[in-house]
Amino acid sequence: MSMNLFRLFSRPRSAPAARERLQVLLAHERAAAGGDADLLGKLRDEILRAISKHMQIDDDKVSVRMERGPQVSTLAVDIEIPFDAGKKAA
Amino acid sequence: MGKVIVVTSGKGGVGKTTSSAALGAALAQGGDKVVVVDFDVGLRNLDLVMGAERRVVYDLVNVIQGEAKLTQALIRDKRVETLYLLPASQTRDKDNLTAEGVAAVIGALKANFDWVICDSPAGIERGATLAMRHADIAIVVTNPEVSSVRDSDRIIGLLDSKTLKAENGERMEKHLLLTRYDPLRAERGDMLKVDDVLEILSIPLLGIIPESMDVLRASNIGSPVTLADQGSAPAIAYFDAIRRLKGEQLPVTVPGEKRGFFGKFFGRKAA
Repeated sequence: MSMNLFRLFSRPRSAPAARERLQVLLAHERAAAGGDADLLGKLRDEILRAISKHMQIDDDKVSVRMERGPQVSTLAVDIEIPFDAGKKAA
Repeated sequence: MGKVIVVTSGKGGVGKTTSSAALGAALAQGGDKVVVVDFDVGLRNLDLVMGAERRVVYDLVNVIQGEAKLTQALIRDKRVETLYLLPASQTRDKDNLTAEGVAAVIGALKANFDWVICDSPAGIERGATLAMRHADIAIVVTNPEVSSVRDSDRIIGLLDSKTLKAENGERMEKHLLLTRYDPLRAERGDMLKVDDVLEILSIPLLGIIPESMDVLRASNIGSPVTLADQGSAPAIAYFDAIRRLKGEQLPVTVPGEKRGFFGKFFGRKAA
């Protein structure tokens, strides 16, 4: 029991983390639901479309990562562009 | 070829998502390659419980509709490198799940992972039946409480009739995971006894997860409880459950029943 009590008091509270995670998540989800489609998702789709105009994208060579933050979100699109990519599209 | 597990219950709020995350993480912590798939299209939560909610790029519906490759939709856990999540869609509805699409996704996952854990939505409709469709093993999550036991019984009936295994005349391997077990209420005699639930549902017991603050804390911080606090009672119960799942003969201890002489004496008197 004393062991349990020690564990209980020695750990940081988890509720603030829950609150912060929910705030960030819901802010992004509400924006997406209000017709103002998820900006990050929109950028992702448009970037991929723009690139596919100039070369054939091999889906397996594309990696997209996103991280939605409270102030700043990040979008990382990694695409392997083969040397002769331009010729293929032409 | 990996094994496909469905974590199901019929009733909502009994601990399917918590258990999917904890069992998946526990298996991956042991070195197995695991993917946990959220089938709750429209109301996803597995991403939140696993702490990946900010990193969802594509989802199960995108893959089924051909808008993204499976590899692009999989999210690798930041803590355990053999643990992956395939999130459900939040904006579309469950009608976007097609039987053929789900079959293709599960087939591809089976070829690449040791374990494919399907976190079923509550209810007995499309999402739930598709989640169980390709399962080799079913884990029926049940609370020691009348409505949960009744719904589990209904789900067991579906597992024995609506799955591919059942349709092929094979036997579906089913396990009972008793969750939110409260030793204090059991002691007072106000909770269905483990033996009673086992007798009513008559499927083997995989484990008993005690009701615990550790589970709440783990979901608050977005971590499966087996990662958040490996030494906690629920984490130990989940680790034991996967040992049984892998075939180990490990006796199940009922939380709170390891009492000393006085505890036993007074416990009997109270009951």
